[in-house]
Amino acid sequence: MASDLREDLVVVPLRHPWRWFSGAVIVLVIAGLGWAMAEAQIQWEDVPGFFTHPVMLEGLLNTIVLAVCAQGGAIVLGVVIALMRLSANPVARWFAVGYIWLFRGLPVLLQILIWFNLALVFKNISIPMLFSVPTNVVMTAFVAALLGLGLNESAYMAEIVRAGLSSVDAGQTEAAKSIGMTPMTTLHRVVLPQAMRVIIPPTGNNFINMIKGTSMASVIAFLELIHAANNISSRNLEIMETLFAAAAWYLVMVSLASVGQHYLERAYGPR
Amino acid sequence: MALVEAIGVRKSFGHTEVLRGIDLEVERGEVVCLLGPSGAGKSTFLRCVNHLETIDAGRIWVDGVPVGFRAAGGKLFELREHEVARQRRDVGMVFQRFNLFPHRTALENVMEGPVQVLRRDRAEVRTEALALLERVGLAEKAGAYPGQLSGGQQQRVAIARALAMKPKLMLFDEPTSALDPELVGEVLDVMTSLARDGMTMIVVTHEIGFARSVADRVVFLVDGAVVESGTPADVLDNPQQPRTQQFLAKVF
Repeated sequence: MASDLREDLVVVPLRHPWRWFSGAVIVLVIAGLGWAMAEAQIQWEDVPGFFTHPVMLEGLLNTIVLAVCAQGGAIVLGVVIALMRLSANPVARWFAVGYIWLFRGLPVLLQILIWFNLALVFKNISIPMLFSVPTNVVMTAFVAALLGLGLNESAYMAEIVRAGLSSVDAGQTEAAKSIGMTPMTTLHRVVLPQAMRVIIPPTGNNFINMIKGTSMASVIAFLELIHAANNISSRNLEIMETLFAAAAWYLVMVSLASVGQHYLERAYGPR
Repeated sequence: MALVEAIGVRKSFGHTEVLRGIDLEVERGEVVCLLGPSGAGKSTFLRCVNHLETIDAGRIWVDGVPVGFRAAGGKLFELREHEVARQRRDVGMVFQRFNLFPHRTALENVMEGPVQVLRRDRAEVRTEALALLERVGLAEKAGAYPGQLSGGQQQRVAIARALAMKPKLMLFDEPTSALDPELVGEVLDVMTSLARDGMTMIVVTHEIGFARSVADRVVFLVDGAVVESGTPADVLDNPQQPRTQQFLAKVF
């Protein structure tokens, strides 16, 4: 036996036959799906045309504007609500809790519908003695979608920002105070830059959700991507072809947003 | 008039009274070490001096100004946070856990106060900040982030950051307690040279050796009250009170 140990023995690596098998199954499934797609009764050659159709591009632009405005507004509102949530004023704290409870608690689709139909219960939007405008003039499909998506998102942003602010060590605030910083300077020079590391990743995820969430505005006939696709297919009945073209645009937007998120995270990453 | 005058300072957290009427005067250029067992209220008192904690009773005056208040018509009016911030400009503080801004380099940490709070010219501040880093022996670390520095180096940057505001008074809250033993010396050396240059300092510390060689006066606190106070020779080598004797017996 001892002489065996001194011989130059060849190492035989462990074989993994099941890896080959499961890999083959996955490839087969994908090939099957590809074959099905090729056999499907779809005018593939029409999809690129719908992708760059003027109505589709208008829908794309509206989707981007709506998503960016709603997310931007939600970030600003979210910071305000988060600061109220952490405020020493109990009324402000209660308000923030109630705000988050309400706007996070209701489905976005329901909120959009409520805003869009606001004219049914309030004929005018007014502040007595200052101004008064008819509700149905102000509450366009865009404004209703902006409010529905933005207010819901602001409730989530408030929680994200609160988590970020709370993650910064109290010693940082004390150090800032000790060199004579005012609360505002402390917030934007010391606390927020450090909170960003915690705030950015979930915000990026939420923005990606927001891009897709704009599709709900199609129910109030706002011309975003889904509504644009429906407009085109109502004329030529190529429903799947136009939906696939819209789907491609969503994937393009989400991919770009993911890249942006990656760079933002790197910019605020740990030193 | 003394630079710091504290009279009958009381402070409670909930139902626990941590300061039970502290009287303390610190003259200009004087170095006072606060000693005592943990929980004696040393750090709390220090934090009251720059209004990081609000006192419940008594008063603290720094350079003739009541800390956290404005005296008018025989009353003391509590100040707004940004008014307190103005008062804190003249008082530097060094923390046990350094509390450097981790997203800024050593140089940026030192420049932050003069540039953001005093709104001074950036180039001028930069020259001064580099000189301060030189003074604490860290000129070559100007571009390093706090995470790249040792504890002792971080604490020396923190001292430079406080000095950049050109304070009249420096508060040290257990500045060496979070350091590895071999790094304590470099921080104490900086503090010693600061004391030699005439800086007024209140130091909460467990470093008896530092208190003996640098302090003009040692104040011994137990359970939120001053038990004994005097020169290091009197208090450390010839303590009169049993509590002081017990404490020193344990420390040595």
